[in-house]
Amino acid sequence: MSNPTHIEQSEADLVRLAQQGDLPAFEILTDRHAHRVYGVALRILRNVHDAEDVTQQTFLSAIEHLAAFRGRRSGSGAAPLEFPPVGESGAASQDQPDESAPGTTMFGAWLLKIAARAALKVIRKRRTVEMTSLDEALEVGPGEEHLPHPEFIADWRQVPDVLAQRAEVRELLDRALENLDEKHRLIFLLRDVEGLSIRETAEALGLSEGNVKVRLLRARLQLREELTRTLGDPERQLRPHDHSST
Amino acid sequence: MKCSELLAMLNEYVDGTVDPAICEEFERHMAGCNPCQVVVDNIRNTIILYKGNEVHELPIPFQKKLHAAVRKHWQEVCPGDKPE
Repeated sequence: MSNPTHIEQSEADLVRLAQQGDLPAFEILTDRHAHRVYGVALRILRNVHDAEDVTQQTFLSAIEHLAAFRGRRSGSGAAPLEFPPVGESGAASQDQPDESAPGTTMFGAWLLKIAARAALKVIRKRRTVEMTSLDEALEVGPGEEHLPHPEFIADWRQVPDVLAQRAEVRELLDRALENLDEKHRLIFLLRDVEGLSIRETAEALGLSEGNVKVRLLRARLQLREELTRTLGDPERQLRPHDHSST
Repeated sequence: MKCSELLAMLNEYVDGTVDPAICEEFERHMAGCNPCQVVVDNIRNTIILYKGNEVHELPIPFQKKLHAAVRKHWQEVCPGDKPE
């Protein structure tokens, strides 16, 4: 069982204790982060069994590489995150300070990156019989730099806090996410839902930051279009501007 | 700034990482372009809505399995540490 004296400890203290060999501290860290790791794995893989496998792999991998995790900040810049090579692709760039997104702790971001890489391995296995590999799909294709312009433009009829309470809106969110290509869905989930930075998302997926930014924008625009067609007020619909003008 | 140029800078504006000079230009454009203003609001609302979407709870049997696996692996990786 977890040591009750650890419950009130800060995350940094728990990580330090775990790095010194304290299992109860690591168990508390597991309890604090497991639902989030499981959530992202489930959203990416859409399969409960695979999501459980990825969650377990994430924490077992974290145990093995705990000593290498450097979550403390030193000097004027943040210490770069290190993470274990769960997948064979994509080396981590560790030469720049990192900006952790609000709401995501350094340890949490580290775990999410491990989970994303483990989930990618599952996707790659699933795709071994398909013509298009995930690696090919993750490359920016010709013409993909061209952005789709918004077509249905209207203020939403209700604010997000109210919309989030409605079951049919949650179904709409799931459906819109399902309609995204895998490459766009992965990036949107890690960056916007889980709060990883652009750099962390790029590291997790073995992509360049430029690639992540292009994909993220396309994902945001596609989701906006789909949600606004349902949630937008038709009476307040605006015509897009002629894009040749200012 | 044209609407298409604004579109290309949307990520940086929404994430608050845009250069201050470009940010001013961005806001000047939106002040005179209602469709762009609404698109930016829509994008922000989209992100807020997904961020606040339901939390996935761990299935209880899996919680137990995960704890058992963590303890077992911990003993394998750190054999000197005894579980309490």
